[in-house]
Amino acid sequence: MSLSTDEVRKIARLARLAVDEEEVTTYARELSSILDLVDRMNAVDTAGVTPMAHPQHATQRLRPDAVTEPDDRDRYQRNAPAVERGLYLVPRVVE
Amino acid sequence: MHEQTIAEMSRALAAGEVSSVELTRGLLARIERPELAGNSFITVTAEQALAEAEAADRARAAGQAGPLTGVPIAHKDIFCTNDVRTSCGSHMLDRFVAPYDATVVERLRAAGCVMLGKTNMDEFAMGSSNETSWYGPVENPWDRSRVPGGSSGGSAAAVAARLAPGATGTDTGGSIRQPAALCGITGLKPTYGRVSRYGMVAFASSLDQGGPMARTAEDCALLLDGMAGFDPRDSTSIERDVDDCAGALDSYPLAGMRVGRPAEYFGDGMAAEVREAVDAATQQLAELGAEIVDISLPHTELSIPAYYVVAPAEASSNLSRYDGVRFGHRCAEPSDVLDLYERSRAEGFGDEVKRRIMVGTYALSAGYYDAYYLKAQQIRQLISDDFRKAFSDVDLILGPTSPTTAFPLGERADDPVAMYLSDVYTIAANLAGLPALSMPAGFADGLPVGVQLIGDHFSEGRLLAAAHGYQQATDWHRQAPPGID
Repeated sequence: MSLSTDEVRKIARLARLAVDEEEVTTYARELSSILDLVDRMNAVDTAGVTPMAHPQHATQRLRPDAVTEPDDRDRYQRNAPAVERGLYLVPRVVE
Repeated sequence: MHEQTIAEMSRALAAGEVSSVELTRGLLARIERPELAGNSFITVTAEQALAEAEAADRARAAGQAGPLTGVPIAHKDIFCTNDVRTSCGSHMLDRFVAPYDATVVERLRAAGCVMLGKTNMDEFAMGSSNETSWYGPVENPWDRSRVPGGSSGGSAAAVAARLAPGATGTDTGGSIRQPAALCGITGLKPTYGRVSRYGMVAFASSLDQGGPMARTAEDCALLLDGMAGFDPRDSTSIERDVDDCAGALDSYPLAGMRVGRPAEYFGDGMAAEVREAVDAATQQLAELGAEIVDISLPHTELSIPAYYVVAPAEASSNLSRYDGVRFGHRCAEPSDVLDLYERSRAEGFGDEVKRRIMVGTYALSAGYYDAYYLKAQQIRQLISDDFRKAFSDVDLILGPTSPTTAFPLGERADDPVAMYLSDVYTIAANLAGLPALSMPAGFADGLPVGVQLIGDHFSEGRLLAAAHGYQQATDWHRQAPPGID
């Protein structure tokens, strides 16, 4: 399995990771060798095997639709890089 | 005093021979010595620790003490700690102060444990050597030029160097067991769903599991009893009563126990000196009355490729939350919102984390899901079936924890695939959700060798009892690294 530099750029865009040209080449090499490792999965025929979703086959619990968390916005926003009047600031999205 | 195990400290505290404040002061003084600490801590919470120790001593004086009251421990820096930085070994979270406690932290605090600080780890728990930490590598106390293993390398090194009698760790593909083996301590990865993941920074949610690291199986049992149990705040927590593992250490005698020895775990990949120690431990278990049974886990070699799909895929999804908006690193002067995301993530994450995000993103991208993630989940089922068949015949499975002893710092840092292959014996237990532990079982050229025991779902009590039985008859777990006083 060999990834092209174009494929690496596409994956980086999907993953929202900025990459420079040197990194693209490095990733193409490293990811290809990791995918070679992963391709060893094809050594076994898995036709008809049910994919495992949970080790003990547990299902999701439901809980009552009730408010359990207090409003702690100020406290949580102390970790935010930029806030103003309780809002998270980002660069302009809509012109 | 720092030589004492948790059980010994607990008895000394109960007998009034020592106070929690004295224990805490003594250990904090050791942590402050760089030649002992070897970069095993990211954050030391000295002031808070002393306040907690005073509270523990008051509780004891008031007759409200349990086995862990006043015992100082360390937490891996992946567990959220209220008002204390929780970095996960990443530049991304270097300034992240958690606004709440993880359930594991909350429960151990409620049980009376004193938190000494937060231990170093591979970034977002991705690594097998602790070298991917943004805070730098940790030294192995047995040989300061070697890695402690990872990702819970700081916890393992701190316990081995007697900076803390016990610590928490997390294990997604071996991150408790492998550093425990490389540092000569005991570490348990519980059954998936046994220990709450609430407040534990997520890496691969279907595999991640927190657990105890200490010098003895008895201490691991005490810590596990303090942290395990159903938690409604974790949607994958199992609603099932937890055994009293510390109370059951003598309930599963080695005499008559059927211990499986999988042929696939004793192939070419293992270093000769590791094999020698594992064979000697097997022999000793047989002398203690265990019945050694040859078994087969035929899909073992597929566990690494399946893991390196499932773990990166889930990581790429979990780590999408780091966007430079609500918390974590933000790049300077973003030109637009896409630039904000892309540069904040590129600057905040290290190389290994980015590699795994890229692999996971590729595996989950349109057109590849069936070939990768679905295929890997099918292989998980085959691996799980192998274990189910094995456990219809044996009580435990025995093998090496790591194919080699601690390797030199830098040796595998530039070769991701070589690093991945060192997880060969530990990954299957995560894929199948099984409990497994590593215990010290000898030395090779002065470096510790670990033996792994894997049990059926919810058999932590039996696993710890078997390790306890072995430790009653051996003294590998009592050996201390040179030069730690």
